[in-house]
Amino acid sequence: MMSCNNYKFNWRFAILGVMAGLATMVVSPAQAEYADVIINNYADAAGMRPVVFPHWFHRIRFRCKVCHADLGFQFKAGGNKITMAKIIEGKFCGACHNGEISWSVENCNMCHSGIPGTPTHIHGSTVQRLISPPYKALNAQPQPQPQQPQPAK
Amino acid sequence: MSQQLRTLLGAFLGGLLVATPAISALGAVVERGNEVISQAELPLMVADVSSANTFNRNLKKEKDPNAPPPEDGYHDPENEGTHVLQAPKEAYVGLPTTDFGNHVDWVKSLDEGKLAPRWDRFDPTEEPFVMDLDIVRPVKASVPDVVFPHRQHTLWLACANCHPAIFIPQKGANQINMSAILLGQKCGVCHGKVSFPIMTLTCRKCHSKPKPADWTPPLSEASLKNPWK
Repeated sequence: MMSCNNYKFNWRFAILGVMAGLATMVVSPAQAEYADVIINNYADAAGMRPVVFPHWFHRIRFRCKVCHADLGFQFKAGGNKITMAKIIEGKFCGACHNGEISWSVENCNMCHSGIPGTPTHIHGSTVQRLISPPYKALNAQPQPQPQQPQPAK
Repeated sequence: MSQQLRTLLGAFLGGLLVATPAISALGAVVERGNEVISQAELPLMVADVSSANTFNRNLKKEKDPNAPPPEDGYHDPENEGTHVLQAPKEAYVGLPTTDFGNHVDWVKSLDEGKLAPRWDRFDPTEEPFVMDLDIVRPVKASVPDVVFPHRQHTLWLACANCHPAIFIPQKGANQINMSAILLGQKCGVCHGKVSFPIMTLTCRKCHSKPKPADWTPPLSEASLKNPWK
C-alpha cells in the first residue's frame, strides 16, 4: 500500500472496524437508571418540568425507612400528592431539602428536570416492561410553557 | 473502477491508521505477513457474511444501563439543572455489581461496609434493629420454595413499612402469587420497582430452597377425576 510498504492492509476489515467504532461512539444509548421516579402530578399544568426522583442517589445516603416510615412517603409513584406548599412547610422532600440536611428548594431545576409531558411512572419497573407501552415524552403536543425551552427531540 | 476505489479507500484508511494510533484502536485490522496486529474486531467477520445469522438478533441491544442524566432519555438536556446532577456511574465506583436493576448489589454493599446510609435522617450513629429470621414459604408449583430473609429487609426498612398493611404478620395469612407481585402487590410493592427487578435472572433470589426429595407435583383435579389410561 501507499503509506507503508511492508504492511498488508485488509481494507474490508478496516472499513468495518472504523464503522463499528464510529457507531459505538456516535449512537449514545439512552437507557435510564432503574427505579428513578418521574412525578408529574401537577408540574406540567403549572408550567414546570416534571420532577425526577433518583432512588439510587438517596439510597446511598439514607435507608428506605427514613422516607417511607419517618416521613410518610407512600410506596406509590405519584401517590403522595406532593406540592411545593407542603415541601416549604417541611413535609415530604422539605424534611431534608431545607438548606440544613440538603440543599434548599430554590434549586428548582435540579428536581424539576424531566422532559415536559413525561407521565408519572417508575422507570424500568416490571409493570412498565410487561404491560404498558414504553413511556415517551409527548413532545408532539406543544406544552403551554411560555418561559420553558422546548425539548430537543 | 471498483479496483481503483478499493485501492484509494485502503490507502486513505491506511494513512489514517499510521497517522493516529487512536483510530487503529477503533478496530481496524492491520496484518504484517500472517501476523495479526489487532484482533479487536474479529467477531465482525460474522456480520461480514450476513447480519441475519447473528446470535440474539431479536434481543434488545446492549445499552448503557447507567447513563448520565442528560443522556438517560427522561431528564431534559436543555435544563441547566440536569447537568449539575451526579452521574450514577460516578457514585457506583467500588460497589459490588449485579446484572440487573441498578447493576449494584445494594445489600452486599451494606454488608461489606461500602455504604453507610443513615437510619435516622439527623443522627448518623443510629443503627437499625436487624431481625435475622428466614420464613420458608412452600410453593405449589414445581419451582423451588421461597425463602424470605428478614435480615436483608430489616437492614433497610422498619417493621411498620410492611406489617400489617402489606403482609399480615401471621403464618398462613398471606396469599401471595406471582401475578399479584408482577402487578405491584405484596412483594411487588418494592420488587420490580425499586428493589431488585423481577426477571428470569432474579427468580432464584427468592425461589432458593430446593423441593424436598420426595416431592411430586400435585395432580390437577381434572386428571384425578379422569385418570389417563
